[in-house]
Parts: sequence; structure tokens; C-alpha cells
Amino acid sequence: MITFQKYVKAADLEEAYSLNQTRKNRIVGGMLWLRLGNSSYNTVIDISDLGLDRIEEDEEQFRIGAMVTLRELETHKGLNDYTGSAICHAVKDIIGVQFRNMATLGGSIWGRFGYSDVLTVFMSLDTYVELYKGGIVSLAKFVKMKRDNDILTHIIVKKKPLKCVYDAVRIQRTDFPVLTCAVSEMDGEVRTVIGARPAKARLYTDEKGLLKEGLTEESIRAYAKELSSKVPTGSNTRGSAAYRSRLVIVLAERNLKKLGGLE
Amino acid sequence: MEITLTLNGKKIMDQIEPDLTLFDFLRDHNCYSVKCGCETTNCGLCTVFFDDTPVLSCSMLAARAAGHRITTLEGLQDEAKEFIGFIADQGADQCGFCNPGFVMNTIALLRENPDPTDDEIRQFLSGNLCRCSGYEGQLRGIRAFLESRRGK
Repeated sequence: MITFQKYVKAADLEEAYSLNQTRKNRIVGGMLWLRLGNSSYNTVIDISDLGLDRIEEDEEQFRIGAMVTLRELETHKGLNDYTGSAICHAVKDIIGVQFRNMATLGGSIWGRFGYSDVLTVFMSLDTYVELYKGGIVSLAKFVKMKRDNDILTHIIVKKKPLKCVYDAVRIQRTDFPVLTCAVSEMDGEVRTVIGARPAKARLYTDEKGLLKEGLTEESIRAYAKELSSKVPTGSNTRGSAAYRSRLVIVLAERNLKKLGGLE
Repeated sequence: MEITLTLNGKKIMDQIEPDLTLFDFLRDHNCYSVKCGCETTNCGLCTVFFDDTPVLSCSMLAARAAGHRITTLEGLQDEAKEFIGFIADQGADQCGFCNPGFVMNTIALLRENPDPTDDEIRQFLSGNLCRCSGYEGQLRGIRAFLESRRGK
């Protein structure tokens, strides 16, 4: 249960940032994860009135506000046309429609959660995080950064020619994923992201050039096996490390075959 | 703190604690159709409309609802009446505890997609848990309602 003494709807980002510099104050997005913990704060800072709930699209990029909900991502035509519906596939099994109407992209990315479908799919794209004070950093770099008191305002996805496929294994639809996998092809490079390991998602490229001759049954099999040996996995109530390592092979093969038009 | 919001078409002003959830606020205002099943954002029993969007009231701050329209099943009796009989005909509401949230989210589905397929129904209602029925009764009820509506 979350408790706090004061609620402030920030009038602008500077006010939100300034309030957020105190350790006992906290910015809330959808508040879905936060409320499940046992925390007490002085002030909760609501950034829902700062115009961060829009998806802007131009010829070069999508600029997505931190308060855009997962449901808006799921149903956004431009984003899903661009990603071959990978974004829709990544979020559609997260709890239910009501939950996705509240959960925000900013909250999902800021949390860098170890079970995140959202982080997995966005890491497979050419994605950047826009921070109020920290400026624009790549998502891959942001994932490794320590949490601080900055504010994530937007997610930027550059529109490079892209093919992208997403899949995840769940014990039951709407449950947390046992393993997530997104593969993409950009600038002639295949990127594979594995998440819910059960730690935060990691990006892998084809360092050994196993796919350089193209996506065939044989090259995909060899790459997936090699990938599985590199991805650190762990055990929790949803699956063992050994099971997850096996799933890395299954999901990578399946997604790469779809990417290459073999399935 | 003081908030003003529109609840089921009526403007309401109240003094609340800053960390009061919308769920508790609604129960305090006699909206007993809104129920708490899990408190972990999973079950959908506390579904209400925030403006016209279905949300989980157990996880929303009442303070965030200030200035918005909140609608519970108490405010949607006419719209619900249209199809709730079809659900009852299928024996889908056994203990009935999940019904209000289920009805709210079905209304949201039918507003967004007036003629959904079975898969679309399952997908949209996947955030509404029912521990009695196994969901087939609800699905049959909605299907029967849609068929009846097509016949009119």
C-alpha cells in the first residue's frame, strides 16, 4: 500500500523536477506498480496535465509522451504500421484493457523492469529516451543508467527502414511473461532483445556473423543456439533458468524465421 | 484536499485525503456496484469509466479524477439493461461478484466495437476475472445479445 501526505498536480516540468529532488517525494505515472509496494512518501507528483500524453509523428520519428498509455500504443496505427504490429503484440496481453488504459509508457521504461514486454520491444527499435535535464540518450544506454531524480518526458523512435517481430511465452495469457523476445532488422543488422530473463532486457547483435549470409533454417538454428549460450537466465516461480535458456532458442528461432519470411 | 468531479452525471465536491483511491471514494459515495476483488490490478471488479475510458478504480487516485467524469454501473443502468438479461439467461453470473466490472467492460467493448468477434470479446474482457463460470457463459450471453441486436 502506498501512502503519502500531499498530492501535487505539477503545473510544468520545472515544478515537477524541483519537487522530485527530495528523496521522500515521488513522480507517479499510471501508479499501477508503485501502489503494490509498501511505501510512504511526503508528496506524490502527478505529471498527467503536462501534455505528455501525445504521440507525435513526422517523417523522421515518433515522439511519444511519457504519459501515453499502453492501450494507446496498442491501437496507434502509425506505430503499428511501422513495426509490423510488433508493439501491439508486445502489449496486448498485459493484464487487461483497463490496466493498459492506465499503465504508461514512461512508467514502463523508467522502471526498467525485469519482466517488461514494453522495454523488450522498444529496445529492438532505434529508440531514445528524452530526459528533462539529461537530454536525449539511447534506450540501450538508459537501461544501464542508475535511477536518479530526472524526469523521463518522451520516448523517441527513429523511423529507419525496419522489420520487427515480437513474441513472448506466458504460462497463462495476461500473466507476467516467462521470457520475451523481439528481433528486428535495421541497416542490414539483425538485433535480438531478450527480456524477462527474469532480469531487464538485453540487446544482442550478430557479433560472429552467423546470419551474414542471410536468414536460412541453418543459420537461424546456429545463431539461436549461440545466443542461448550468451543470455544469462535465472529462475523464479514462472520458470527455471534451464527452461528459459531453452526458450531463448525457441523464441529466437521462431521470430527470426518470421523476420526472414520462412514462417 | 478538495476535489470536484462529475459522478454519474452529478457534480460532486468533497474533501479527501490525498492518497484516497478512486475506489474508496466511490464506495463512500454509495456506488456499491464497484467492488474490490484483488487489489493487485488483476481482476477488473473495480472497473469504472474515467471520462469514457474503462479503468481500475482500485489503482487510481481520487485526486487524479478531479475535473473528470466518472461513471459507474449505477449511472449506466439503461445501457446495461439491454444485454444483462442475455448474461442471466446463460447462467453466467453465478455468484455475481464479478458482474458489475464485467458489465462495465462489456459496455466499453460494445461502444468501441459494436460487432466484435469471439476472439475480440475474449481479448477485450481478458482483464475481468470470474472464479465461478469459466467465461463460456458470458461469451454465449454476449453472442446471443449481438445476434438478437442483428435481428432487430
